[in-house]
Amino acid sequence: MELERHTYDVVVVGAGGAGLRAAIEAHESGARTAVVCKSLLGKAHTVMAEGGIAAAMANLYPEDNWRVHFRDTMRGGKMLNHWRMAQLHAQEAPDRVRELEDWGALFDRTPDGLISQRDFGGHRYARLAHVGDRTGLELIRTLQQRTVALGIDVYMECTVTRLLTDEGGITGAFGYWRESGRFVAWQAPSVVLATGGIGKSYKVTSNSWEYTGDGHSLALQAGASLVNMEFVQFHPTGMVWPPSVRGILVTESVRGDGGILKNSAGNRFMFDYIPDFFRKETAETEAEADRWYDDKKNNRRPPELLPRDEVARAINSEVKAGRGTPHGGVFLDIASRRSAEYIRKRLPSMYHQFKELAEVDITAEPMEVGPTCHYVMGGVEVDPDTEAARVSGLFAAGEVAGGMHGSNRLGGNSLSDLLVFGRRAGAAAAEHARGRHGLELPDEALADAARAALAPFDREGGENPYTVQHDLQQTMHDLVGIIRTAPEMEQALERIAALKERVANLSVEGHRQYNPGWHLALDLPHMLVVSECIARAALERQESRGGHTRDDFPATDAEWAKTNLICTQAADGSVALTRQPLPQMPSDLAGIFEETA
Amino acid sequence: MSYDATFRVWRGNADGGDLQTFTVEVNEGEVVLDVIHRLQATQAGDLAVRWNCKAGKCGSCSAEINGRPRLMCMTRMSTFGEDETVTVTPMRAFPVVRDLVTDVSYNYDKAAQIPAFNPRQRDADGNHRMQQIDVERSQEFRKCIECFLCQDTCHVIRDHEENKKAFAGPRFLIRLAELDMHPLDVTDRKDAAQDEFGLGYCNITKCCSEVCPEGIHLTDNGIIPLKERVVDRKFDPLTFLGSKIRRRPKD
Repeated sequence: MELERHTYDVVVVGAGGAGLRAAIEAHESGARTAVVCKSLLGKAHTVMAEGGIAAAMANLYPEDNWRVHFRDTMRGGKMLNHWRMAQLHAQEAPDRVRELEDWGALFDRTPDGLISQRDFGGHRYARLAHVGDRTGLELIRTLQQRTVALGIDVYMECTVTRLLTDEGGITGAFGYWRESGRFVAWQAPSVVLATGGIGKSYKVTSNSWEYTGDGHSLALQAGASLVNMEFVQFHPTGMVWPPSVRGILVTESVRGDGGILKNSAGNRFMFDYIPDFFRKETAETEAEADRWYDDKKNNRRPPELLPRDEVARAINSEVKAGRGTPHGGVFLDIASRRSAEYIRKRLPSMYHQFKELAEVDITAEPMEVGPTCHYVMGGVEVDPDTEAARVSGLFAAGEVAGGMHGSNRLGGNSLSDLLVFGRRAGAAAAEHARGRHGLELPDEALADAARAALAPFDREGGENPYTVQHDLQQTMHDLVGIIRTAPEMEQALERIAALKERVANLSVEGHRQYNPGWHLALDLPHMLVVSECIARAALERQESRGGHTRDDFPATDAEWAKTNLICTQAADGSVALTRQPLPQMPSDLAGIFEETA
Repeated sequence: MSYDATFRVWRGNADGGDLQTFTVEVNEGEVVLDVIHRLQATQAGDLAVRWNCKAGKCGSCSAEINGRPRLMCMTRMSTFGEDETVTVTPMRAFPVVRDLVTDVSYNYDKAAQIPAFNPRQRDADGNHRMQQIDVERSQEFRKCIECFLCQDTCHVIRDHEENKKAFAGPRFLIRLAELDMHPLDVTDRKDAAQDEFGLGYCNITKCCSEVCPEGIHLTDNGIIPLKERVVDRKFDPLTFLGSKIRRRPKD
């Protein structure tokens, strides 16, 4: 078999914020490091992040510190977060932001010349370091330029289809070049998964084609476990019109910078949806909410800045009750509240996006918005300090990892998550690789991986992969979406089983050179297995919490508050689901919730 | 609301290819990339195209639409008449890989050659202090999404493969300008801009600024100021004299 082979200490799969940060750290720890990514370098989904990086730097509010950030993160996740990850994240995020400046990032400034910070949902103080509303681009470009400056090897437009293991753990990875369709194998004792999320299994999503859940699926197949896959975040504000842009993200910064939500009757409806859990810290009147932007000491947060799960559910209810806009969303209005100049300065890419794609001038008229599938809180179960998965030599960081965000992620906590845990994963992967040389990649395993990848070409007259993808997206949208019930999810599982049979019989036209139909045929099994994990876990968790809302179990449940759901792959290839107790935080951390309540 | 449009799409590889004609449905509000995706899903499953964000933020789906370098995701179908034929071809300045996908490695090679960012020390308290007005100059260039449409349109390399060795193209001239204006950076890249990256090849026709989907003023705010600073150095009589006069040997 024709096969290109390479040897490294650490192979990082994915070149978004977490992958590049992991690669930089592994390289600087002395490991021979490679990054493998499906797109060109600098195009990863991180570029879509808009609002900012959450870090308690206290540049604007000296009262802010890691303990307040930790508390906000845990409460935003409805206390299901792994406490240790939330702690490390809050403690280390400020240093991770500062080092980006040493690598060339240019954040917006405070009048004192420090990094400016903006308000976001669920954060007690203005905390998000930002560059207008294109912070993700700044983050990825900075890390990209640092990666290039260090001379780290990058395999661009190269897709990993399998992780290679022996009884001792990871031995490498196998994949193909998208451009030529030729196969390549990396021999390495450490692999860091930084592959992002799963949103492409949903019909309305802010995610790009890369978000197929391939990292989740590769981890499962290699013997690792996934935690709490039922928690999928629907961002409250995606574009709804025209249809071709439905789902494209409208940054939370619009609300952080003063925007409000209104229904078709013109009511600021979020005041009707304040849950008891957040009542003490949320404004009761519009006047109080409006004063908060300038005086946080004496006023409470506007309800538009409740965590995303609360706002998404509220919008969904308004539309269902017949108070939506003509195109099935609600109004997001900043035009009547801030000057045109301010809006263009703070939200340049939102201004551009609405102007170009919807012919809406956001400085003069409200936007129409509705929920869009945005982020998966669930992911590979990892050790909080090292990001090590259950398989020796396998690490996961960023969206593909689970635990950090509990049942719901706060805005701004993703970019900081990428940096904090990307760095930790890179360091631990380099450490693991030390002294582990001479791994063998058995010919049989490589030949088997190649056979599996080429199978869609061998079948003739089978179904078109695009049709199957469409049907899966419709299934997840209709049956495992923002509001869930047992009968619908049972139906979803039946449909997923039927889709699996169809995927086994796909065929693709053309040849191996840059063939998107073939690439999709290889992505579909990943999409199906993560969809099954989401549906199974969502059916099992009989309560509503964060990004998981059950119409048939609308309340949170004290027993489930202490329970994680773990997915693994059973011997016969099916998904096995088990319950596991939530790690309990030590009493000194638990005390934080009393002192700052 | 829907209609059938005529699309001509270039299909082929490094060995050659041709324009193929398709009749394809178009719906309200769609962009060219939606129509290309519909072709993939219904008529040409192996049609090669790069894309990621579909929101003008990643710069992947660059192509030439009716001869003009553009992002497919930001080109609305409503800008064409319903009976107008829409022709989509790959970027001409780069070698074709397949269909609408080109080999853009030239850009990554040039990026790797630019001397890296090199900051001054942090302040004693661990922070860097900069004023907003000072960071904004470089921020304009950091808006670049690396779609490489400026490279594609630049006549220095568009039909002159032989210039690629000596000329880095507008994207990397503004990268040099960005670093030159960066409040923290301490490395001098002015000589390199002229000698290694071909700043002198640019005769400021501003085609790059015209096609930039981010509205970056590459020529006015980046390349011209950089040229001025290089010229200041090179032709300043005092600097010239200084470079010729050597210190007398001690003995």
